Amino acid sequence: MRQNIAATFCAIILGGAGLIWATDGLQAFTAEGARRLEISNNRPFAPDPILETMEGYFRPLKEAPSKITLIEFIYTTCPTICQSAGGEFARLRDLLVKQEIPVRMISISFDPQQDTVEALSDYGELHGALGKVWTVARPDIADLEALLDFFMVTVIPDDWGGYQHNTAVLLIDKGGRFSGVFDTNAYQAIVQAVKAASR
Amino acid sequence: MKILVVGFAFVLSLVAQIWVAEDPVIHVLVQFPLLVFVGYCLASGMRIQQIFMGPLLVLAVAAILFWMLPRTLDAILTEWGMFIAKFVLLPLTVGVPLALCWRHLNPVVRGFVKAQAISMLGILGFLYTHAPVRICNSYLLDDQVRLGYGFFLVVVGLSIVWTIPVFIGDRHEMEKNTPSRSVEIS
Repeated sequence: MRQNIAATFCAIILGGAGLIWATDGLQAFTAEGARRLEISNNRPFAPDPILETMEGYFRPLKEAPSKITLIEFIYTTCPTICQSAGGEFARLRDLLVKQEIPVRMISISFDPQQDTVEALSDYGELHGALGKVWTVARPDIADLEALLDFFMVTVIPDDWGGYQHNTAVLLIDKGGRFSGVFDTNAYQAIVQAVKAASR
Repeated sequence: MKILVVGFAFVLSLVAQIWVAEDPVIHVLVQFPLLVFVGYCLASGMRIQQIFMGPLLVLAVAAILFWMLPRTLDAILTEWGMFIAKFVLLPLTVGVPLALCWRHLNPVVRGFVKAQAISMLGILGFLYTHAPVRICNSYLLDDQVRLGYGFFLVVVGLSIVWTIPVFIGDRHEMEKNTPSRSVEIS
């Protein structure tokens, strides 16, 4: 009897340890949680693809190495979440500009086939992206998959011809490292992180 | 006969794979149980020493928890290793241990596990129907809600199946409690 209890107790410890390992110390139960944890721990070096902006210019993602770059992935025909993400990005821009924190913000379309420069510019106009601090851009189709892969953006088609995707604000620091993932409305956390990374 | 049932269930789980990438309900509530059933059938009837009963139950519960993690679901759909592990480990770490230990566990322990299972599934159902964000990056929000309702259905089903014997008496329990019969089983 005592042996049985001891064996069960050992198994509980092992099983618990296994589950703790599988969830990164009970910190990440979802793939999104694991993504955020991995990014903040590893801060991988971000790629630098050329993007076509809503003004029709071709610019590298890390155009301004002296500035923090905030990006989010969207598609302009999105009826729901990207529109609110656009509004939230605008509010974030206003907050950062008000505090005079130099930053570059890019909404990147993951649907470059549909999102023409006109569509990008319409989306920018709708949400008040003026191009100076915040611009809307699309990658080359050839770069898209690697880009989504690197930033761990999962895009799945929905039943209405659109997409669902894990929307977030992604931070690239001055060293060009991908070092933060935030909810699109976590303004204070983003401002704090940008401030910290600006030092 | 048994090998036919096992083979058929395994083939069904392979067929279910067609819809797994789009439909979490097929994935979690059809394919997972089929694979567990495969393992359960394989090991049913086998006997092991009493000392392994507790650890096997713990293994099964820990494995269920692991395979139910949202990040595990995502990983199965994006990583080859996890995809293959699903077909091997769900039978081996959930089905087989349950078959080996379940009937021989103390009824109090069994009742405890059943109550835990029902309440955990209920919590999952609530979580999946009410979460404002997608819990799995690979599944649509609507499908996540459907999975939540699927959990509720399982809760109702298990509650009925597990409660009926309390009122009408469980044949297996009565047989097991008869000394001559229990000698025969062991």
